[in-house]
Amino acid sequence: MTQEELTIKNTTDSSENILVLDDLKVYFVLKKYGFQHAGYVHAVDGVNLHLKRGETIAIVGESGSGKTSLMRTILRLNVPTGGTVTFDGDVVNDLSPVELKAFRQKVGYVQQDPYGAMPPFMNVQTILEEPLKIAGIKDKAERRRRVIQVMDEVKMTPVEDFLTKFPHQLSGGQQQRIVIARAMILDPVLLVADEPVSMLDASVRVEILKLLRNLQATHNLAVIYITHDLATVRYFSEYIYVMYAGQIIEKAPESELIDNTAHPYTHALLAATSDPDPKNVDEMQDVPPGEPPSLVNPPQGCRFHPRCPHMMPGLCDVEVPPEFDLKNDHLVSCWLFREHEIANERS
Amino acid sequence: MTQENVISIKDLKLHFTTTKGTVQAVDGVDFDLKPTKAVVVVGESGCGKTSLAKAVLRLLPRNAGQYSGKIWLRDIETMSLSDEEYRKQIRWIKMSMVPQAAMNSLNPVLRVGEQVAEPMLVHAGVDKEAALEQAAKMFQNVGVPVDFLNRYPFELSGGMRQRVAIAMALVTAPELVILDEPTSALDVLTQANIFNLLKEIKNGLETSFILITHDISTSSELADIVAVMYAGQIVEVGESHRFFSKPRHPYSIKLMASVPRLRSRAEPDFIVGRPPSLINPPTGCRFAQRCPSRFEKCVNEPPIYRFGDDWVKCWLYEGKGEIK
Amino acid sequence: MKNIRNSLKEISKYPSAIFGMIIILLLVALAIYAVFTIPYGEAVRLWRGGEDTVYRNPKNVPPSWFNNFTDKSLPISVAVVAGEDEEFTKVVTPGVEGSSIEYEYSFDFQYDEYPQELFLYIQADYQVKNPFISITLETPGGEEIRISDFGTSARQTYRFSQDDRLETRLRRLHGREVLPIHGLFSVPESDPLEINKGVYTLKVLASTFEENSDVRIEFVSHGLVFGLFGTDHMRRDLTTAILWGAPIALAFGLLAAATTSVLSMLIAAIGAWFGGWVDELIQRITEVNLVLPFFSVLIMVGTFYSRSIWVILGVTIALSIFTGAIKTNRAIFLQVKESTYIEAARAYGASNSRIIVRYLVPRIIPMLIPGLVSAVPSYVFLEASLALLGLGDPTLPTWGKVINDAYTNGALYRGQFYWILEPAVLLMITGLGFAMLGFALDRIFNPRLRGM
Repeated sequence: MTQEELTIKNTTDSSENILVLDDLKVYFVLKKYGFQHAGYVHAVDGVNLHLKRGETIAIVGESGSGKTSLMRTILRLNVPTGGTVTFDGDVVNDLSPVELKAFRQKVGYVQQDPYGAMPPFMNVQTILEEPLKIAGIKDKAERRRRVIQVMDEVKMTPVEDFLTKFPHQLSGGQQQRIVIARAMILDPVLLVADEPVSMLDASVRVEILKLLRNLQATHNLAVIYITHDLATVRYFSEYIYVMYAGQIIEKAPESELIDNTAHPYTHALLAATSDPDPKNVDEMQDVPPGEPPSLVNPPQGCRFHPRCPHMMPGLCDVEVPPEFDLKNDHLVSCWLFREHEIANERS
Repeated sequence: MTQENVISIKDLKLHFTTTKGTVQAVDGVDFDLKPTKAVVVVGESGCGKTSLAKAVLRLLPRNAGQYSGKIWLRDIETMSLSDEEYRKQIRWIKMSMVPQAAMNSLNPVLRVGEQVAEPMLVHAGVDKEAALEQAAKMFQNVGVPVDFLNRYPFELSGGMRQRVAIAMALVTAPELVILDEPTSALDVLTQANIFNLLKEIKNGLETSFILITHDISTSSELADIVAVMYAGQIVEVGESHRFFSKPRHPYSIKLMASVPRLRSRAEPDFIVGRPPSLINPPTGCRFAQRCPSRFEKCVNEPPIYRFGDDWVKCWLYEGKGEIK
Repeated sequence: MKNIRNSLKEISKYPSAIFGMIIILLLVALAIYAVFTIPYGEAVRLWRGGEDTVYRNPKNVPPSWFNNFTDKSLPISVAVVAGEDEEFTKVVTPGVEGSSIEYEYSFDFQYDEYPQELFLYIQADYQVKNPFISITLETPGGEEIRISDFGTSARQTYRFSQDDRLETRLRRLHGREVLPIHGLFSVPESDPLEINKGVYTLKVLASTFEENSDVRIEFVSHGLVFGLFGTDHMRRDLTTAILWGAPIALAFGLLAAATTSVLSMLIAAIGAWFGGWVDELIQRITEVNLVLPFFSVLIMVGTFYSRSIWVILGVTIALSIFTGAIKTNRAIFLQVKESTYIEAARAYGASNSRIIVRYLVPRIIPMLIPGLVSAVPSYVFLEASLALLGLGDPTLPTWGKVINDAYTNGALYRGQFYWILEPAVLLMITGLGFAMLGFALDRIFNPRLRGM
């Protein structure tokens, strides 16, 4: 894209897109013996992503897919190696510390481990007040008001009872509510949730997901929901990105992805996700063997080709497939769909 | 009598003494399991299911208090054996276990081949060569390349390590293997592969399984029988096809309803409240507090109502099934 | 707050901890007592010595309570001022020009040994005509021994044992050569000399020849025991040093231990958090510092630069910061740095300094405290060791200094054990108290050690 096109794109999108990732690359240097380096870990290798205000998207991938690095780069806990991360019209790749702090206060982060996400030596009130203090809210009464307000929103009532408790005195679900409260307390426009319920009990997961959904609706939050559990994705997201070995291999609206699955890897993910169905015990699951590839030396061509049941020699193992447009906002990077048009940047 | 069952458990109890009181982790558990079948014990965290695994295999911690009941493995009533007899005859010979996060509890300084061979050396008393041969065979069974025998745990991925742990549990060819959350830390695809493997082993090697998990969705891949555990007790046992279509106990129904499903648009439900503490379990039906269908009778502990081999512990089925 | 109460409850389960705490509390009480009863300026003055300060003290005598442990009863030291101390009476009889003043001091001498020395300190007020003094001693037998007569000057010291004429008189009394002090207190003509036990009365008659003329008399007896802790070679009362040793030792030990621990921790945290060249630099400095001979450097500083206790304290701290503690703290911080909640803090905009102080440091404080307490004795002993080698602060009365004096004056050869034992025992008790508390704290804060 030329500089001109990029600028035009930004101005037309600035009211609609809260987050744009453009050809994002995050490589980590593998160090060996001091100063030599032994190659790069291509954690994120050319990712394009758009998120509109108030939209919920999911990034689905297994461990080793790079989704964690992608998420940390969005939060600017990592610096991109290439490409841009644009938040609310501003490129955030290099920001001054002041700008960075302002950016951080507009993005809330909910982590996977509710207990680990909280300092064990602080009580609930202190934990929730920290972001407020950092944002410079000096008035004690104001801070208290906001703490109570956010505790109410996450249904941790009676508020007074919980304010003096320490993390180890709360249940898993309660802990995660506090983490969510903390993420919401500065009224962010974007919420990044990394496997927010995978460490919670089955019966509590739905409660927390419902809570997140309510918060999203009330505050018109943009949410990025990162997970490997496709069953919850259907429940919670409008648009899904499927990530494999550092790249986005398929993206589609939620129902389109589930009903008209394209990429063989996505097929495998769906086949591997069990519902409590009586027929399951009689059938084998249709999943490919093997494991995700090393990100240091990824396979040539399509990165899934070593495990793909539909691999076409000479093509899949040689050339990287472009994104094919399957209509309905559904794009897939797979040579099986080479009959389709190659997609332009989604606008 | 009970010969046809691989394992038959009656009124198993295991309590722990802690500074805060007696934790009645396993409080009267019964079920039977036929050969080459798998029973899945489903429950949330804190319901006592890991303690159940320990109770069945007699891996008691130091603060164990009451430990009573009867466990028949085929013809042998194991509770009456001394600790030494139990170690020599039962543990890892007739029955073995893949503990929780097994892939992280492999000895980091021993090669995986040696670790899988070890139970053969200790319990079957064969020499090292024979044990390693058996280990190699196991590797093939669980889908780990044989040349991995000489590798160390850190050289293997999570999925491979879990397969090694399963191989370790199978190497002495026990009739029954207990698996405690075997895939909770693994990715979806790896998880599916492991379950495919377990299905093959169940049919191919004629091994029975007790699978303990909180994940009711994946449990449907292996379960022939489902046992639902709540607050230290089993509240329902059902043949899996029937159970997954029509669960009986209100807790089972709620549990099934609370799971987000990929292939259905139904809005999942959730259960209000929290499971009761195992230190002072409530009197009467332990689920009554959170049960939408509770009524006056629930202040008393409900009896067990049988429906063929299935049963449910709930007053709602009074008059509908036979009392056990 | 609740944490402190919980910790105290935990501590009370360990007898060694309670014992240690009691010792420390007693030491602190001693220190406070010292500082309040003998203000700093006063202490330095007392320790400097000089005739005016120590004239009442005998030289190198053990403490008074020593008498309980000897079969022979040793005479105590006495200092009484006529008119001010009630035992020493002063009666003024005015005359035509001037007055006649009678001084009387009675005492019961029941000891088995003779005093070291006797003095009469005389201060006379007059314009032109000096008063005349006449001294006699009435012995238990009833005999009055004439001691001396002389005209006094404004300030005069009469030293009994240096009076030749008294010696001559006593020779005649006992019929043999005899030292004045012995002569005064022995049974006449006893062979061997036998102490005359009983009530003595010292009588002084002063005649003044002017109207406002007055004479002030102080009688001093240097006994063979003195005070609570005895005296040293410079006749200084060791009470000053023993009492003041406590606050100095505690202050030095605590300051050094606390400053070193806190700074070590902060620097380790900064290194661990920032990584890169900052971390490398700190590690290299630490490694170099570990190789330096700590004690030798201190000796050099003390010998060539200054022996002031503040300089020594400063150098000690400077050399003690970059030690093994930095490495262990850094290891812990590196681990804590990866915690999920640290990542969360970065995500909501916490600055580096905030993360270090509010999120990293609190994790290590439980480990810090036992280390700090256990380190105090090393610093106390360090200061004492330096003093022992003669590098202590010359103006300060410290325990180490006392041992140093004792050693250089051959205390052990002369049987003056109290001189060495008093400071040594106190040093050991200090070390014991802190060490016991430190070990117990270690077991509390590091549960893994509980089994031991």
